[in-house]
Amino acid sequence: MGEIVAGCLAPHPPHVVYADNPEQNEPNSEGGWETLRWGYAKLARKLKTLDYDAIVIFTPHWQTYVGTHFLGLPHFKSKSVDPVFPNLFRFNYDLNIDVELSKSMHEAAKDAGMVTMMMENPDFRIDYGTIVSAHMINPEWNKPIIPISSNRNSHYYSVEVMNEQARALGKACRKAILESDKRVVLISSHSLSHRHFTVESELPEDMSKQHIYNHSNYVWDMKLIDLMRQGKMDEVINLMPEFTEQTIAETDSGSLTWMMEAMGMPDYPAEIYGYQSVIGTGNVIASWDPNPDTREVVL
Amino acid sequence: MKDSPIVFGLYVPPHPHPLLAPEKNEGWGKLRQAFDTARKRIEESDADIILIYSTTWPSVIGHQIQARSNPEWVHVDDDFHYLGSMPYKFEMDSDFSHQYHENCGKRGLNSRTIDYDGFPIDTGSVVALSLLNPDNRLPACIVSSNVYANRAESIVLGKAARDTLEQQGKKAIVVVVSSLSNRMFTDYIKPEDDRIHSAKDQEWNQKIMQFFQEGRLEDLSQLSREIHNQIRVQKVVAYKPIWWMAATMGQNNNYQGEVLAYASLHGSGGAVIQLTPTTGSIGDKEFDEDDIEFYTGDRHVLDNG
Repeated sequence: MGEIVAGCLAPHPPHVVYADNPEQNEPNSEGGWETLRWGYAKLARKLKTLDYDAIVIFTPHWQTYVGTHFLGLPHFKSKSVDPVFPNLFRFNYDLNIDVELSKSMHEAAKDAGMVTMMMENPDFRIDYGTIVSAHMINPEWNKPIIPISSNRNSHYYSVEVMNEQARALGKACRKAILESDKRVVLISSHSLSHRHFTVESELPEDMSKQHIYNHSNYVWDMKLIDLMRQGKMDEVINLMPEFTEQTIAETDSGSLTWMMEAMGMPDYPAEIYGYQSVIGTGNVIASWDPNPDTREVVL
Repeated sequence: MKDSPIVFGLYVPPHPHPLLAPEKNEGWGKLRQAFDTARKRIEESDADIILIYSTTWPSVIGHQIQARSNPEWVHVDDDFHYLGSMPYKFEMDSDFSHQYHENCGKRGLNSRTIDYDGFPIDTGSVVALSLLNPDNRLPACIVSSNVYANRAESIVLGKAARDTLEQQGKKAIVVVVSSLSNRMFTDYIKPEDDRIHSAKDQEWNQKIMQFFQEGRLEDLSQLSREIHNQIRVQKVVAYKPIWWMAATMGQNNNYQGEVLAYASLHGSGGAVIQLTPTTGSIGDKEFDEDDIEFYTGDRHVLDNG
């Protein structure tokens, strides 16, 4: 029987990869965003202690308007260039997909009445959101991944509809995982508040210029993080429509709702690994460990 | 209009069906034929450059302007990947791009040029350039659509483009890549079952095309907010392409309009429309939104409240 061994809220500003200077990324930096990067390093160390087979990532930057899509080919090798921050992120990737589990989740979602499709075009490029989150939690890239697209229900209908659709998808993915023999880590890849500054410092990693876009977004971010610490994820998901609209949050993708539903809506405290602003947006690294014996109070 | 830097303008749809699958639906085929007609007219013109504003290239850090001389890649659409891949090798007018960037700055806009191997040129731009300029007969320039920009920035962005054309003495084919109504079906449909998503979208598309046919581009620009509220999925803050197009082409109603084709693309309104500058004018609307020459940024209303 399969198992979800952890769920991680892993924001994907390309800045954190840029600041880390991995060999796969073409640009070089003088560092920056240490609060996030050190938090990611600690989370990556924890995940190394867990026994798991694959990483499932729900990504806001594979945006689909016709249903939810899953990757259906075993290997992708190319270069991912961030269309918004190409100066920071031009990442040469070489990664593996767990197609078997990807197809199982696709079938489960389809059986549950959702519009789904397998993506089987070998020229398809993996989005930078997937790569940033996957790289920061597993820089060795020694686990296969399963990216899931973000069906843009928030745009087409409302955040409420997104929430319901994402919950249904979470249920379907949970069913597929439990019916498999795989142990997986789930990744919800996004920021919290998501209003950007529209200008960039001459030196992007100039940390004297980094702060949240406005105080309102900060207070909202802290409200959600406080609820996460208290293990009140049901309340977080119920607050999602208001939070998303008030802070232009990247939760509009449905990613966090999907992960919480797939994990059975945790009522235990999240592990908080760090919070920091990146070009105005609010980013928290958090993890939900279902095992009380290994669950930590990190920050 | 022999003094105009604009040879003519084109409004074309972003989705890949006319490029990758024109034979699968009569309407997609008509859009493809219209693209082909537009291509021939470009070839027969004395234009120096194809200048594109694409709604499928979003940006955050101001507006981005493609400046790589020969961008080359194989593009795949996020939604319609099953229709096939889109290999491309384009030729950009880098000199124009750099001066356009400078002129944005002179008008108060934040912008930057883009020159990176592997930069993902968006579906709409790939479709437009592949069909309108397959042999790179003319160099091109592509400008992004900033997700936070509204009317002032979009209009000033258009004026900066026109400044650049006038400074360089170049004549342009101005291309806007955008749907009319942009609501697609959220389920898979057979190609033969494609239709405009709703009767409301259909009626508004017809009204917009009537304005285009009458050459009333500035009137459409004035109606932009209403169009956005009525038939645009609220993905971004405003229906911006028509502001940019009107500003680039001269902010008037003096055009000969021609709808070359109109058809649904998975429910959205796809049209290939040509606007050619003339001396005639039509339009009885009162222009009730102020013109703007220079973008001064946020007004910091919250800070001052």
